[in-house]
Amino acid sequence: MNATLLGCAAAALVGIGLYGLIVHPHPLRKILAFNILGNGVFLLMGVVARRGAAAGFGGDPVPQALVITGIVVAFSATALAVALLLRLAEVSGRASLTPDAADPSIPAAPGRGDA
Amino acid sequence: MNPANLGLALDFGLSTLALGIAIYAIAVRTTYAAVVSFVAYGLLLALVWIRLAAPDVALTEAAIGGGLTGVLLLGAAARLRVTEAGVEKERPGRVLRALAALLAAAVTAALIAALLALPTPAPTLAYEAAAGAPATGVGNAVTATLMAFRATDTFLEKVVLLLALLGVWSLARDDRWGGRPGLRHQADPKGVLVFLARLLPPIGIVFGVYLLWVGADEPGGAFAGGTVIAAMWLLAIMAKLADTPPIAHRGVRLLLVAGPAVFLLVGLGGLAFGAAFLSYPESIAKPLIIGIEIAMTITIAVTLGLLVSGAPERVDR
Repeated sequence: MNATLLGCAAAALVGIGLYGLIVHPHPLRKILAFNILGNGVFLLMGVVARRGAAAGFGGDPVPQALVITGIVVAFSATALAVALLLRLAEVSGRASLTPDAADPSIPAAPGRGDA
Repeated sequence: MNPANLGLALDFGLSTLALGIAIYAIAVRTTYAAVVSFVAYGLLLALVWIRLAAPDVALTEAAIGGGLTGVLLLGAAARLRVTEAGVEKERPGRVLRALAALLAAAVTAALIAALLALPTPAPTLAYEAAAGAPATGVGNAVTATLMAFRATDTFLEKVVLLLALLGVWSLARDDRWGGRPGLRHQADPKGVLVFLARLLPPIGIVFGVYLLWVGADEPGGAFAGGTVIAAMWLLAIMAKLADTPPIAHRGVRLLLVAGPAVFLLVGLGGLAFGAAFLSYPESIAKPLIIGIEIAMTITIAVTLGLLVSGAPERVDR
């Protein structure tokens, strides 16, 4: 069945996004990978909706409406993440998420590593 | 070739292409190339949504997923280019990458297993949606779901958009609060960008309003319409024909709260005169829904445009 084929592609997108999220050190690439992961989840919901085709609809309209809401919320989260990242780069001059990266200009936080 | 095989071949081709571009977007070295391929991938995803018989989602995905997210990430990639080399040395080693690939493959396999284990016949709310739609006066079941059956979700989603914008604004430096978001764009006044920014907005705005209006009965709706209008505004901003407004501007604030405010008023009206929060009297359900959608489209357009523009960075002197 066609929906199952597209469902497998959606599951693969989740895997591809997850891999990128873990492996990429640059936060912007992580944000992009997270969007790909999210697309996979939305598509899986689309496949579930397609399976629920009935009453003359090509797919169950309720999950489809939820996905539309989800896409908009995902976009606003992405915009917030990008703004945080730009601010981080402006303040620290770097775009690294690793707190321990040797940066002589930032003194080590006192008390860290104790107990 | 019979139509069923043709459809299968189309699905196979589309998913292979989308997966290939997604892998490229993850694997490629430069962030710029990754973002450009992400935009192409977003448009392909819209085609996949068409194949899943979800044209409303396809419109939203093409406009927001591919278009606006693409613009947002492209702008960020350009500003963060200098930081790319510094992060490169933090790339994890071969063992960690292999483990990540293993984990990703396991998650994918589990999802496919769950997909194949889904019950047949599939549970569906399509009958309930079809039975309830006439009472709303809206012919498009997805719009009826967004604006009536699950209107609380849509209302809260508007609030989430506003909260996200507040979050973005709060990242401004203290001395720039109330100023204009983003850097001033530079554009060649005789270039293609400026030409298109003069040519397209009249068409785009009409198309956005059309999407809103037709969304009651056909694929479309406030999200897709508002996004198209936001895109036209951003095009004019990028071509330096317009500028982002100062965020302290009272008119901008009013436009930002117009959608949720109308939504909330109608909801409270339902509580006061009707059965429950956001319950519409059947006789005026459609005018109420259209009224909310018009206010929402304006708010969505302004909010999305400002979300892409980012934190305030320039104060007029």
